[in-house]
Amino acid sequence: MLDFPRWKIASILGVLLIGILLAIPSIVPESTAKQLGLGSAPRINLGLDLAGGSHILLEADTADVAKSRLSAMEDTIRAEMRRMTPQVAIGDISTANGSLNFFVRDPAQVDAAVEKIRTLTAPVGSTGQRDWDVRVVDSTRIVMTPTKGGIDQFVNQAMDGATDIVRKRIDALGTKEPTIARQGSDRILVEVPGVGDPSQLKALIGKTAKLEFKLVDTTADPAKVAAGQAPVGDQILRFENGSPIAVVRQAILTGVDLKTAKQDYDQNNQPSVTIGFNARGSRAFAETTQQNVGKPFAIILDNTVLSAPNINEPILGGSASIAGSFTVQSAQQLAIALQSGSLPIALKTVEERTVGPGLGADSIHAGVVASAIAVALVVVFMFVTYGRFGIYANLAVIINVFVILGAMALLNATLTLPGIAGFVLTIGTAVDANVLINERIREERRRGRSIVQSVELGYKEASRTIFEANVTHAISGLIMLILGSGPVKGFAVVLLLGIVTSVFTAVTFTRMLVALWLRRQRPQAIHI
Amino acid sequence: MRLLKLVPDNTNIGFVKLRGWAFGLTLLLTIAAGVLVGVRGLNFGVDFVGGLMIEAKFDHAAPLDAVRNKIDGLSVGDAQLQQFGDADTVSIRLPLPHSTDEGANNALVAKVEASLKADYPTVVFNQVETVSGKVSGELIRNGVIAVVLAITAIALFGIFRFEWQFGVATFVSIFHDVLMTLGFFALTRMEFDLNIVAAVLTIIGYSINDKIVIDDRIRENMRKYRQMPLGELIDLSVNETLPRTVMTSLTILLALASLLLFGGHVLRGFTAAMMLGVIVGTYSSIYVSSSLLISLGLDKSRFRQMSEAGDKKKAARARAERIAPKP
Repeated sequence: MLDFPRWKIASILGVLLIGILLAIPSIVPESTAKQLGLGSAPRINLGLDLAGGSHILLEADTADVAKSRLSAMEDTIRAEMRRMTPQVAIGDISTANGSLNFFVRDPAQVDAAVEKIRTLTAPVGSTGQRDWDVRVVDSTRIVMTPTKGGIDQFVNQAMDGATDIVRKRIDALGTKEPTIARQGSDRILVEVPGVGDPSQLKALIGKTAKLEFKLVDTTADPAKVAAGQAPVGDQILRFENGSPIAVVRQAILTGVDLKTAKQDYDQNNQPSVTIGFNARGSRAFAETTQQNVGKPFAIILDNTVLSAPNINEPILGGSASIAGSFTVQSAQQLAIALQSGSLPIALKTVEERTVGPGLGADSIHAGVVASAIAVALVVVFMFVTYGRFGIYANLAVIINVFVILGAMALLNATLTLPGIAGFVLTIGTAVDANVLINERIREERRRGRSIVQSVELGYKEASRTIFEANVTHAISGLIMLILGSGPVKGFAVVLLLGIVTSVFTAVTFTRMLVALWLRRQRPQAIHI
Repeated sequence: MRLLKLVPDNTNIGFVKLRGWAFGLTLLLTIAAGVLVGVRGLNFGVDFVGGLMIEAKFDHAAPLDAVRNKIDGLSVGDAQLQQFGDADTVSIRLPLPHSTDEGANNALVAKVEASLKADYPTVVFNQVETVSGKVSGELIRNGVIAVVLAITAIALFGIFRFEWQFGVATFVSIFHDVLMTLGFFALTRMEFDLNIVAAVLTIIGYSINDKIVIDDRIRENMRKYRQMPLGELIDLSVNETLPRTVMTSLTILLALASLLLFGGHVLRGFTAAMMLGVIVGTYSSIYVSSSLLISLGLDKSRFRQMSEAGDKKKAARARAERIAPKP
């Protein structure tokens, strides 16, 4: 017991010193840390509940995926059937009930049509499944249903793209240290600290921003358009105010051919967005406008027609201006959204938590005060109960707080408000080890053992109990870490680190202190 | 210097003798808690039922009725208002708008904000949370899995490390602790959110910790006093560990009390749950799990054989070491 070689003492103190040093960058203000040359040292991150900010969980709208795949397939089928030789006449096309179905006018052509359609589908994975299920019903009707595997594969690929685009958009806003991470198969987690009002952020990241230019069909019968009936090859879209317009289904060009987008002002000094096309886009736009001088074309964003200006002269410069009922802010947002590309999949917010910076600051303050008072109470209580042994335990508890902070900084862990509660709890439970040891020493003294023997037995017998008790405690901590979300995880991190470090400080470190004292003083009596 | 002793030396309280009464009381409380949870239900936060929660801070005591009237007038659905710890802060809970339109939630928050700002220009929205039904369903599922997993894993640990009776007794008393905590939340109608699940898991961890200390001492005493009847032995073990039990519970309660009083309103529910858990856990360590060991018929003779087998193994190892001393 009294035998504590110098290397052991040095390594114990060394470990504690490293822990404390690692904690320093996190407890001094950032500016002081920079002055000390610790600007790049690992620091504890503050959770959103302490720093203030927004946590937004976006989910792919899979119902929308199925719908948009259906309508895309409808376009493809129409085009492909027309292109076949001989042309396959189809009719009564519908996308109701989640599948695309149409009938082939000439029963003799059904087999050829099915043959062609099969080439339009693609395999999913290696199971032989395809992304569309093609069936023939009543010998002339073809029914195509998107398979779950096909949708999943599409969602998976689209989400990779969507995550990138969301990242680009948030970066363009210039927010500090955002976290954008793919979660599971169909979710994206966005965490942005320090944003007081996330509505702008949400409006931006959720915007699909699918831009299309389409010619307006001026020959369409206005009565039919009003009734929602589109002429062949056309579709009916609506302006922002709800009035319908018939446009040619085939787009002149889309956002894919866009190179730049920036907020600007139009000739009436209203906010607008100026866009520039890439080479292919410029060419297509120039060609179409040359052929259609005097006719209107529609600028369409997310299936809403923003405007339908007349082509007064061919537009050859490869740029265009989008006017609409914009504010400067919404024009800027649109420019960012267009520049980053359109989302390949519609996203909706399924969870949002925003904490104002004021509340976060209050929480930190309250947490620090509560922790300090908790430490003070425990320290006094331990001292009046165990005297000198209490002081050792107290030293261990206080060092433990810094060591936990140091370990958190090293792991780049996030401190949340429940994490602060974890600290306070750890302060309470860490002394439990010392209580166990000290009570055991008291007991052994009462049984008449010598001082050294009592202390030795106290540490030895209590250590086993402490180990077992901490293992079970750690089990519940681990479960929280694995299954918990956000703040709860933060709590679990502190709890788990606290368990590990407190065993070290409360058992190993105090044992060293006691041994050194016994060796130097050789006391005849101990107060415990 | 005279040191503080909360529990006098060598107490000899007959805990085991009281166990009939204790079981009766425990059973009654447990049933009461179960009924409370079943009938009154828990006041689930938006984490678990989905919806929109706004925490609004006023610069004076929040005029609860006026705010309620104001929001009811907006016809945005059934609003629930709750004072949030301090008098200035009020939490407003609303159902999510049915529209699937992305901007609908934003618009709802903006509508409430505009309407409150009209009357109270200094009001600040400290916190806004929206949780969709799908996510809240997952959070419930994860919470339940976590609690069940924790109890099971720990009971298994008890069985492997000790005897099966220890595992079962621990399982029963942990179950009791969790149910009591839930009963407390049903009784007080305090909001039950994600943080409370963390508190429940921590209570499980703490309560186990407490039981292991006593179980460990029972096991040690079984080896030491082989002739002592089980009841006496459990009494001795509980009495021997009583100073530690009291001391530790008090230190943790002290630390938690500081958190409850000074830690801010966000953590209040969490801390309250923890404090209750510490008290209930300590009670169940003494009265439920230890006493249950007798009812479950912990077999001392088997234990003795086991420990003797352990001793034999140890002796063999010692002999082996004597023959071939460690370098």
